[in-house]
Amino acid sequence: MNIPYTVEARPDTGLSNGKLGIWLFLASEVMLFGALFSTYIILRTGSTTWPHGELSVWLGMANTFILIGSSVTMVMAWASLKLNDWGKHRLYLILTFVLAGIFLVNKYFEYADHFARGETPAHNTFLAIYYTLTGLHGLHILGGMIVMAYLIGPGAGLWKRNPGQFTNRIEFTGLYWHFVDLVWIFLFPVLYLL
Amino acid sequence: MAFPKLNATSYWSYFVGGVVMLVSFFVPGGAANSGWTSYPPLAVIAPGQTMWLVGMIFLITSSLLGSINFIVTTVQLRAKGLTWMRLPFFVWAQFVTSFLLLLAFPPLEAAGVLQLMDRIAGTSFFMPSGLVVSGQPLQISGQGNPLLWQHLFWFLAHPEVYVLILPGMGIVSEIIANNTRKPLWGYRTLVYSIVFLGFMSFIVWAHHMFMTGMGTTMSAFFQTTTMIISIPSVIILTALLLSLWGASIRFSTPMLFALAFLPMFAIGGLTGLPLGLAPPDIHLHDTYYVIGHFHYVVAPGTIFALFAGLYYWFPKATGRRMNDLLGKIHFWGSFVCINIVFMPMFIQGLGGMNRRMYDGGMQFAHNAQLTKWNVVISMAAWALGLFQIPFIFNFFWSIKRGTAVDRNPWDATTLEWAAPSPPGHGNFLTEPVVYRGPYEYSVPGAAKDFSPQFEGERA
Repeated sequence: MNIPYTVEARPDTGLSNGKLGIWLFLASEVMLFGALFSTYIILRTGSTTWPHGELSVWLGMANTFILIGSSVTMVMAWASLKLNDWGKHRLYLILTFVLAGIFLVNKYFEYADHFARGETPAHNTFLAIYYTLTGLHGLHILGGMIVMAYLIGPGAGLWKRNPGQFTNRIEFTGLYWHFVDLVWIFLFPVLYLL
Repeated sequence: MAFPKLNATSYWSYFVGGVVMLVSFFVPGGAANSGWTSYPPLAVIAPGQTMWLVGMIFLITSSLLGSINFIVTTVQLRAKGLTWMRLPFFVWAQFVTSFLLLLAFPPLEAAGVLQLMDRIAGTSFFMPSGLVVSGQPLQISGQGNPLLWQHLFWFLAHPEVYVLILPGMGIVSEIIANNTRKPLWGYRTLVYSIVFLGFMSFIVWAHHMFMTGMGTTMSAFFQTTTMIISIPSVIILTALLLSLWGASIRFSTPMLFALAFLPMFAIGGLTGLPLGLAPPDIHLHDTYYVIGHFHYVVAPGTIFALFAGLYYWFPKATGRRMNDLLGKIHFWGSFVCINIVFMPMFIQGLGGMNRRMYDGGMQFAHNAQLTKWNVVISMAAWALGLFQIPFIFNFFWSIKRGTAVDRNPWDATTLEWAAPSPPGHGNFLTEPVVYRGPYEYSVPGAAKDFSPQFEGERA
């Protein structure tokens, strides 16, 4: 039995199943991070003191550019498939994966530095929300990397059997990846600058 | 379903969440004991809560995957000819319910993560400064906000109430249309009402928090939205009642449950109005009145709708009908007992009897005349339990020995009755095509009193 609209779009809705699915998933992610950002606002407006300048703006900024760069390479990985250029697609997808890895390594050094100074989540409310927000974002990065690893490794064979579906998978991974990038674009000013 | 593997993941994630919660009874410290609302600071201090939070994260994941699957399937995989306004009302109800789960659960997941951080990493998201436990000041950084948990919690937990009741409304609508042999009264109005109901359910949550001192402006806003949300509920109920008008009703077992749903849900809904207004809520808050109100919605409301659905779709799932006499004993016993269980709670609550008292509130003089009802309630509750025995027996006995039926035993019109009973892999033998609306009963000039969606005009 075949499920329709896995590759091509349903004419009256203009969507394939996967694309609608990933957008719904992102809608729920918006609610998740929306609740956490609201928490940040309520905790900050309700507190008497709020630390400032505790985080390294340079490290945060470097990570911002790394993620923006990875979003670009992700789009290129998808566009290369549309142009039927498998070699370039591999290059760009692996590059995205590597950039995501560099982001996490960078984050690790940042965390380690704070922990060395005794700045644990229990230290104060600012650090608590900082670790929670960036930690959850980091898990999303890790999730994205797992999906990319699958598409680079065991999942790559689908390109031979069903190029349309493989291109869709790269597109949906990209949509997710841009969302994770976008969350960071909000996190960086909120936590590092304001 | 559009995503079969996701469907399985959703199920197994639900399974793991359930196992984690059950296992929590057997770990040191025991299961969660902060009530279903898990209000901090108690929930952060009390043992056993961590397993509950971990279990919740699995359950939320399951609900997220399931709701995505339901929505995508409804949007993308409708059969040929099945336009939006030809969808059975039950499908609409499930569709709206899926959106509620999709968008309302993530804030609770966020709250769960924050509470987990409070418990494991020692943060103070929900912990105010200056807490003293057993005479010892708590060693935490403080400055947290316990009300924040309540907002995040009720942002899910109010839509969750509609998650419980909307499918019930959908089931009852199907059964009423089938047993009145008439189209549902005001199908489009029902659809618009349920969509509006789903939307409004996101902006009423703080009516659970009138007593927290959140301010009169907030209370005024949330009591207004609460009054607005009662309008579509009343429209749905009225439309279902009007559907009965002038019908020659088949009093089958599922129909009895569906008919009982209408007044029971009405009692549950109407007793909610005083709770939705801040001034009477000051008196009624946290009394047995709240328990009575809520249980009229979900016990004789949702549970009766589920029983109705079970008796109605049992022949489709198993190919056999459940015994009618046992079904009727089950219905009348449950119907009488459930009212004796919950009706006295209104009297107790109006008299000011609080819930969640370790001794039931015996130490208060004003409860002296009210606690005697506890005996009546307990006896009715045991009787209610006994009346479920015929149902349990009937259920398992009928799987093997019920009267065998063909594919459409109720002379119904909707698409599921085109599939064999029980349906095989892929449900339908041939791809079904939909020719008309879902409730074309007693069409003038038609040869029989039902014109199924899946049967074209005969030449």
